[in-house]
Amino acid sequence: MIHFENVTKVYTTQKHPALENVSIDVDKGEFVFLVGPSGSGKSTFLRLVLKEEKPTRGRVHVAGKDLARLSNWKVPHLRRRIGCVFQDFRLLPNKNVFENVAFALEVIGKPRRFIRKVVPEVVELVGLEGKADRMPDELSGGEQQRVAIARAFVNRPQILLADEPTGNIDPATSIGIMKVLDRINRTGTTVVMATHDAAIVDSMRKRVIELEEGEVVRDQTRGVYGQAY
Amino acid sequence: MRAQFVLSEIWIGLRRNLTMTVAVITTVAISLALFGGGLLINQQVSQMRQYWDERVTLTIYMCTEISNSRTCEENGPATDEQRQQIQQDLESMGQVKSVEYVTAEQAYKDFQERFSNNQAMVDAVRKGDIPDNFRVQLEDPTKYQAVADEMEGRPGIDTIYDDQAVLEQFFGLLDGLTAAALTVSFVQLAAAALLIGNTVRLAAYNRRKETGIMRLVGASNFYIQLPFLLEGAIAGLIGGIIASGFIVAARFLLLTRIQEWFQFDVTLSTGSLLSVIGVSLILGVLLCTVASFLTLRRYLRV
Repeated sequence: MIHFENVTKVYTTQKHPALENVSIDVDKGEFVFLVGPSGSGKSTFLRLVLKEEKPTRGRVHVAGKDLARLSNWKVPHLRRRIGCVFQDFRLLPNKNVFENVAFALEVIGKPRRFIRKVVPEVVELVGLEGKADRMPDELSGGEQQRVAIARAFVNRPQILLADEPTGNIDPATSIGIMKVLDRINRTGTTVVMATHDAAIVDSMRKRVIELEEGEVVRDQTRGVYGQAY
Repeated sequence: MRAQFVLSEIWIGLRRNLTMTVAVITTVAISLALFGGGLLINQQVSQMRQYWDERVTLTIYMCTEISNSRTCEENGPATDEQRQQIQQDLESMGQVKSVEYVTAEQAYKDFQERFSNNQAMVDAVRKGDIPDNFRVQLEDPTKYQAVADEMEGRPGIDTIYDDQAVLEQFFGLLDGLTAAALTVSFVQLAAAALLIGNTVRLAAYNRRKETGIMRLVGASNFYIQLPFLLEGAIAGLIGGIIASGFIVAARFLLLTRIQEWFQFDVTLSTGSLLSVIGVSLILGVLLCTVASFLTLRRYLRV
């Protein structure tokens, strides 16, 4: 599903590469934690998957497509197959829960009847049933993140990227968020989650890829956050 | 494509930047009004030119006893031989379309008729004050100088008077007005374009959250840019409509007045008025859309 082949990314403003000779394979339906300190290249990895950045060297394949060969006007179609969740939720403050989720479908031109059918389903899937008409500022951080996940998942993407989704949320609520992500993963969606949260990584016992200064230093099938030794 | 969604986005965008939108509309309206006014004067002038080119004459006044030019004093009043010679020569010239001899009596009558509404003028001129003359129509009225040079200084000829020379001054003034209006309008249009650029930049900044999310969920570039482009286009259209009002007003108040003053029997057709309005509207919408598009390419990374 995601295939990195000797990928190096050097930002023009920096000397040290953000990613150096990284080769990673993520299969369909996998759940992968991307761990490592700040500046280790996690975000760059996610940006390369979205084709927000182009690799300096190496190849990136996503959902069977070579991103180097993907013309710019087709990038939106790539992004429709990828859902994104961020630490800061990125909800629209003047729209309620339903509208925030529906926004993702409206802007890709889905018919209204379809939107009215699928949005409540997804809102329920993330555990927000009965709160569809709340505004974001009436929700807790955990609930807001659930809205963000609903918006990322409403178009049934093949891949869900989550950049520290529990970074702004207390540990107890984080468990709920992880349950939602796990539920989404069980529908067959590949989930890649960048995180600092050791407790979560340890509890999930999923594949862990550790980056350090742009290099892969560990790739374990059922890993934990800290070094295993 | 969801029309309702796009329309509501446009409405939100226009309302959020209300002051800038008003500034854009005003600038566009003024510049287009000047532009349209320039075009209108231009059309009017070319119509008047056409009208006058058909009527413009070269008038050759003959010497009489009371003529005081040098050639007349040297040679005395024109003789019938001289008149015949001049008529023959004129008729043999290539540029000359027709020659008409007007006796002093006829000239006096014409004068009285033309100034029948001005009694003072009629009273001031007596029979014989206006010398007999040749009225020469030219094939190409701009070539009057060649004919004039040929005839100048011949015995029997007093002065050569050309309508074109007077008209040129008048047309020159109108041409100057047209050029000034068009120049100012282009400067204004450039200012309008910059203003639109700024407005769109502000709008893009205001809505960076929305557009960021749109980008992430895979909205196409066109869909993201469309509300901004349409905002520009609508501002341009409103400006154009206001300008059209000014243009119509100019046509009916100003040009009609000019025509009355100068007793020109030329009125701009409704068709040419509509074409001026059409050009102004299209220019307004196009300018705003293109300015928005160029700005978006820089400030709305997609």
